[in-house]
Amino acid sequence: MSADLQLSPGGGAAPAARRVLAQARFEVSVLLRNGEQLLVSLVLPALALLALARTPLGGLVAPASAAGGRLAELPLIDVVTPGVLGLAVLSTAFTGQAIGLGFDRRYGVLRLMATTPLGRSGLLAGKLLAVLVVEVLQVVVLGGLALALGWSPLAAGPAALPLLGVALLLGTAAFAALALLLAGTLRAEAVLAVANLAWVLLAGAGLLVPREVTGALAPVVAVLPSAALGDAVRAAALGGSLAVVPCLVLLAWAAGATALVVRTFRWS
Amino acid sequence: MRTARGDAAAALVVRGLVKDYGRRRALDGLDLEAARGAVTAVLGPNGAGKTTFVECCTGLRRPDGGQLEVLGLDPARRGRELATRTGVLLQDGGLPNGAPAMAVLRLVAAQHSDPMDVPALAALLGVDAFARTAVRRLSGGQRQRLALACAVVGRPELAFLDEPSTGLDPHGRAAVWDLLERLRAAGAAVILTTHSMAEVERLADAVVVVRDGRTVATGTVGELTSSGPEVARFGATAGLPLAALRSALPTTVSADEPAPGRYEVTALQPGAVDPQVVATVASWCASHGVLPEGLSVGRRSLEEVVLELTGGPTTWGGAPDGRDAAGPAPTARAGASR
Repeated sequence: MSADLQLSPGGGAAPAARRVLAQARFEVSVLLRNGEQLLVSLVLPALALLALARTPLGGLVAPASAAGGRLAELPLIDVVTPGVLGLAVLSTAFTGQAIGLGFDRRYGVLRLMATTPLGRSGLLAGKLLAVLVVEVLQVVVLGGLALALGWSPLAAGPAALPLLGVALLLGTAAFAALALLLAGTLRAEAVLAVANLAWVLLAGAGLLVPREVTGALAPVVAVLPSAALGDAVRAAALGGSLAVVPCLVLLAWAAGATALVVRTFRWS
Repeated sequence: MRTARGDAAAALVVRGLVKDYGRRRALDGLDLEAARGAVTAVLGPNGAGKTTFVECCTGLRRPDGGQLEVLGLDPARRGRELATRTGVLLQDGGLPNGAPAMAVLRLVAAQHSDPMDVPALAALLGVDAFARTAVRRLSGGQRQRLALACAVVGRPELAFLDEPSTGLDPHGRAAVWDLLERLRAAGAAVILTTHSMAEVERLADAVVVVRDGRTVATGTVGELTSSGPEVARFGATAGLPLAALRSALPTTVSADEPAPGRYEVTALQPGAVDPQVVATVASWCASHGVLPEGLSVGRRSLEEVVLELTGGPTTWGGAPDGRDAAGPAPTARAGASR
C-alpha cells in the first residue's frame, strides 16, 4: 500500500516563489468554489451592471438633472462600467478577503500555516496574489458583459485602460489593507457583519453612485476610499486621465491601514 | 522497553521554561529532553501546560524565561528554518475549512522541497477515503488524520503532535500508531502529548509527566511504574470487614478498600507482598464465602502513577478541580491548554 513511502527526515523548504504560488492557487480555488464569495464577487456586480445600464435605476448614476452634469451626456454604460469594476475590487480585496481571513484566524489556519515553511508573510503574499488573480477574472467576465452591453472602453483614448488598471490596483491596495485591519482585530462573526455592511454602504458612497450625485455630502464622501476609487476609475475611463487627488487618497488609506495592521493584527 | 537510538545531540532541550499569560503562570520551569529516533510522551492533566509548551517550541508563543533549543536552534529567532525541519499538529487543527482534504495536504506538501509521496501518505492514514470532501464536512477523526498527514508530509526531523489520536476510531488509532512507529524507525524525534495511557505504553520511549507547568517525573514507562510498591488487587463484595484481614496479615503490608468492592493490599516495604500474603487474602475471602475476582499482584499502572504525580483523580481529564489545600496555588494551575 505504502511501501514507497519515504519517511526519513530530510528535504528543505520549497523556493519562496513556489510556496507563495501554491498558496495563491489554493486560495483561488477556495474562492471560486465558495458560493457566497462568487455571489459577492461576480453575480452581484453583474446584476448591478445590468440594473444600472438597462433599467431606470441608471438614473442613480447619471441623473438627467443638473447634478448629473457631464455624466448625463455620456453613454450610460460607459459611466456605469468603471464603477462596477471598482465594486468588483471592493468585493474581492475587501469583503471576501476580510471574511476569509477572519475565519482563517478563528480556525487557527494562520497559526498552522505559520508553522510551515510558508510562514506568515508567505501566507499573506499568497492571499494577495489570489486577490489579484480573482480580480483579473472579474474584469474579464464583467468587462465582457459590459462590452456586450455596448461599453466603449477606449472612448476616452488609449490611456484609458492602463489608467483604469492603475486605479483598480490602488483600490486593491487600500481595500486589502482595510480587510487585514478588520480581520486581524475583530471576531470572525463581527468581520462578516462589518464587511458585508461596508460593501453595501461603500458601493453607494461614491463607488457605483458617483460622488457628484451625492449632492451636499460630496466633499465628505470624497475622503472615503470608495469615492476615491470611484473618482479614479471614472477619470481614467471617461477622461483618459489620472485623478491625482483620489489616487493620493487611496494611497493614504492603504498606508494608514497598513500601519495600523502592523500594530494591531492578531494571528490567533 | 525501547531505548533511544542515535548518538546525535538531543532533538529538543528544554530547561526551566517559563511562560506567563498575564498573571497566570502556564509554564513554571519545565524541563524536558527528547532524543532523535524516539517518541517522547508528555503527560499531564488538562491545564498542565502541554499545549503552551508545544506552542513555545513551534514559535507560536515566546517563552518568558528558560532555555529552549529545538534541533539546536532558538525557535524565537530561527523560526523560519525550524518550520522546514519540524512538523506540527496543533490541538485546534488549523485546517482551512472550505477546501477539500487532499487540496490541503497538497498545499502543505508544496511548501517543502522534497515532501513525502502524498498519495502514499494519504493511503496510509486513510485520507484518500475522503480526499474530495471539504474540511468543514469531515468528522473529528478524519480531521485528525488529515492534520497528522500535514504535520509529517514535510519529512520532519522533529514532529510536535498535540493529542494526535483524539477522536480516532480503533482503525484510525492503529494507522496513526503505525505511522509514528515508522517515523521513529526512520530516525525522527516525535513529541507526543496525549491522555491515552495505552498510546504511551505502546509508543513512548520516554515519558515526561507535567503538572502545573513543571516537570514532575521523567523516565521510561518501566522506570515510572517500577518505582512504586507491589500491590495485590482484587474485587469482592463491598464492605467486607477489613479488621480481620489486617490482623491476619503481617505489619509490612496495608489493606484497604479504595472504592466499594475494590480491595488493595499494598507492600510497605519491598517484597512484602509475598505468596503467604496472597494465601492469607484468599483464605480471608473464603471465610466470607466470596471469590477474590481478578486477583492480581503487580506494581501500579502507568495511569495510577501519573494520577498520583499530578495530584489525584480529581484533576485528571479536565474534571472539576476538587483538590484539597495540599495542592499548589490556583494561579499556578489554572488552565493553560490554549
